[in-house]
Amino acid sequence: MTPERRLHVVSGKGGTGKTTVAAALALALAEEGRRTLLVEVEGRQGIAQLFETQALPYEERRIAIGPGGGEVYALAIDTEKALLDYLQMFYKLGGAGRALRRIGAIDFATTIAPGLRDVLLTGKVCEATRRRGPDGGFVYDAVVMDAPPTGRVTRFLGVNDEVADLAKVGPIHHQAQAVMRVLKSAETAVHLVTLLEEMPVQETADGVAELRAAELPVGTVVVNMVRPPVEGPAAPAGVDRRELAAALRSAGLRAPTRLVDPLLDEGAAHAERRSLEAAQRAELAALGLPVRELPLLADGADLAGLYRLARRLREHAW
Amino acid sequence: MTEPRQGRERADVDPAVAEVPSLAIDPLLDRPETRIVVCCGSGGVGKTTTAAALGLRAAERGRRVVVLTIDPARRLAQSMGLAELDNVPRRVPDVDGSAGGELFAMMLDMKRTFDETVEEHADPERARAILENPFYQSLSTGFAGTQEYMAMEKLGQLVARDEWDLIVVDTPPSRSALDFLDAPQRLGSFLDGRFIRVLMGPAKAGGRAGRKVMDLGLAGLSRFTGTIDRVVGAGLVRDVQNFVAALDTMFGGFRTRADATYRLLQAPGTAFLVVAAPERDALREAAYFVERLAADRMPLAGLVLNRVHTSGAPGLSAERALAAAETLEAKNLAPQGMADDPTGQTETERTTAQESPSPGDSGRERPPGRRSPETHSSTGSYPTDAEAADHKTTDGGHDSGGQHGIPIPREDIGHEGTGHDEGATPVTADLLAAALLRVHAEHMRQLARENRTRARFTALHPEVPVVEVAALPGDVHDLDGLRTIGAALGDSAP
Ligand SMILES: Nc1ncnc2c1ncn2[C@@H]1O[C@H](COP(=O)(O)OP(=O)(O)OP(=O)(O)O)[C@@H](O)[C@H]1O
Ligand SMILES: Nc1ncnc2c1ncn2[C@@H]1O[C@H](COP(=O)(O)OP(=O)(O)O)[C@@H](O)[C@H]1O
Ligand SMILES: [Mg+2]
Ligand SMILES: [Mg+2]
Repeated sequence: MTPERRLHVVSGKGGTGKTTVAAALALALAEEGRRTLLVEVEGRQGIAQLFETQALPYEERRIAIGPGGGEVYALAIDTEKALLDYLQMFYKLGGAGRALRRIGAIDFATTIAPGLRDVLLTGKVCEATRRRGPDGGFVYDAVVMDAPPTGRVTRFLGVNDEVADLAKVGPIHHQAQAVMRVLKSAETAVHLVTLLEEMPVQETADGVAELRAAELPVGTVVVNMVRPPVEGPAAPAGVDRRELAAALRSAGLRAPTRLVDPLLDEGAAHAERRSLEAAQRAELAALGLPVRELPLLADGADLAGLYRLARRLREHAW
Repeated sequence: MTEPRQGRERADVDPAVAEVPSLAIDPLLDRPETRIVVCCGSGGVGKTTTAAALGLRAAERGRRVVVLTIDPARRLAQSMGLAELDNVPRRVPDVDGSAGGELFAMMLDMKRTFDETVEEHADPERARAILENPFYQSLSTGFAGTQEYMAMEKLGQLVARDEWDLIVVDTPPSRSALDFLDAPQRLGSFLDGRFIRVLMGPAKAGGRAGRKVMDLGLAGLSRFTGTIDRVVGAGLVRDVQNFVAALDTMFGGFRTRADATYRLLQAPGTAFLVVAAPERDALREAAYFVERLAADRMPLAGLVLNRVHTSGAPGLSAERALAAAETLEAKNLAPQGMADDPTGQTETERTTAQESPSPGDSGRERPPGRRSPETHSSTGSYPTDAEAADHKTTDGGHDSGGQHGIPIPREDIGHEGTGHDEGATPVTADLLAAALLRVHAEHMRQLARENRTRARFTALHPEVPVVEVAALPGDVHDLDGLRTIGAALGDSAP
């Protein structure tokens, strides 16, 4: 039996709904008696906005009860603090850490070596995934990470391979290896969020190829913001406009003849869009991954909408 | 300001929106004084598309134009002859040059632009030292804002070449439109930062205290960068110092150049176009940007509202269209005689389901009539197997829509002149009408949402001229597509 997936990394093209889907997934996985952790790494307080709470501190705290009755915790990682934690772990810095921060050294280091930031973030997430409580069981049944976008995610997740290559021995080497082991294991899955549009789908296909080449486990493709499928008639060439007008009149509509052309135009545009969407679906299907669809929420992804998405996600195994 | 009234029957344009001045694009493009057009906005709204469309239109109206695109969709780039990313403008083939214009296009290569800038500002030896420094590698590819900075730099270079009479600039796909204006300064203040000054030496950091902090800082830095140390050797700190020193001598040049470009953006020959889709986030970003431009005294031409939905039948509301669709479906479901009930009374239950504010939910995926076996037999040729096939491509469970354009069988509706005898009229004319009405209803709901979102922006900035570009059903990836967008931009002049 394959081990249960416990670390869910959610990526996707910018703006496709990574944060929203990650939050919905954390809710969905929060079954009765279970606990999930939702982690934000980009420092934008997207989770707090979504859950309509104040900015999250750098601390794991409960923010919601999932539709399955379990608890959802959230953590917004503060890179500076994470770096100090990391330094503290390997070198006993004490007050020097604070001094470093004060003079902007930390800011400088994470700016000039962006890979460093990624080491810290992935390290923190893996630590939370592997953490065990006093009873010996995992503290979190699942960890969901709102990850960087597709274009950067492979490098982001693979950064510890680079580190392990640089530091051939010692604690940093071991730490890097441990992180990579978790990320490449069957316990982890990278899910990609997309829309049924050309660019996001292309980016998804590229991302899947990159992740596979880096031996990172690809999970599910989540198609977000799927528009409601009105049965769209392709306006056939032989439509009898008079009959159509008669039908409209019989339904009590005024000036039906003037409706015919606009309605046929809209029908044709709709059909075109549907066939483009079908083409994108086919591209996604060719990836050989499970594909899940989430509807476009008419009122945007507010809290109620988030729970709706979570219920949709619960219909599947993750 | 007028708040959009919710729940109105008609989704016609809000009065506040109706009074908005319209943005005349063609005069803007034609005026010789217009030298730079900058397309800004948050990610995915259509900045690149708009920039390319504007460039093409201006060229075909007789100007000699270069478009600086950033991260264009692959097919769009190909259609402009930008198969390779080589960081120099290329002449776009197949542009109508009969008005005497020409179009050049290029894609920004951020790393290359950075390298070239270093080479230009530093003597060869120093340039090589910088380019080979590992810190430079990450700065030139990884620093948040490098792309924005280099877009500015490239714009400066294009202006300096003085070969075009109009430059259209796309901006990087960042979350916030403001990044384009802020990033160059951010890079500047980073390089001016306190820690850098500490690294540069006690003189800059200020006396003994600085010295002490520096020792502490460097000790910590070199300890924690132990891994990197293995690559750059024990001389890490010296390397960083050298790098920063080299950049610093050069950065004077950088900064002067960036300042000059910034001033160029404030000049009257520049026109900013803020691009937004009629969505909450995009319009909020657009509003921030408009305010920022005003604060920085940068010339805003107006708002391009892209991917707007319009209807040729705006008078037919979603509610009426749905009611009519139900009537038609009921007519083909129920025994004759109940059929023409125009009030749709018998459909109350269904109507309420449809009025629920969740068009995204699967609740009404199919016209309800379809669920009935009776209907099924009467419209037996509806291709349910197409649905089944599409379901396989997704998970099939809650799949909201594998089927696309249901082809209405031609023989059923094609024959002319079957007369209008109600009983004999092919059932499919009614069902076609019903399906079209449902498409229209969905469309009108979308329109109403867009209008509400838009009204919020208008309330904040009623003075900003707006031009609308309709959402095309598919992506825009060739010159014809760009012409269509260009026509939408140009023709909406009053
Ligand atoms: N299913 C949905 N229906 C309607 N709106 C949605 C849906 N999913 C996401 N959104 C909206 O789309 C916008 C972008 O979503 P979100 O912030 O989750 O994307 P993201 O991929 O995290 O973006 P970024 O790349 O900027 O981090 C938000 O306004 C969100 O409310
Ligand atoms: N008016 C429009 N109708 C239909 N599709 C559009 C329209 N404008 C842009 N698009 C499509 O939207 C996607 C994003 O556009 P793009 O110009 O790359 O956005 P940005 O540069 O703002 O990120 C592209 O696939 C493009 O073809
Ligand atoms: Mg996000
Ligand atoms: Mg773009």
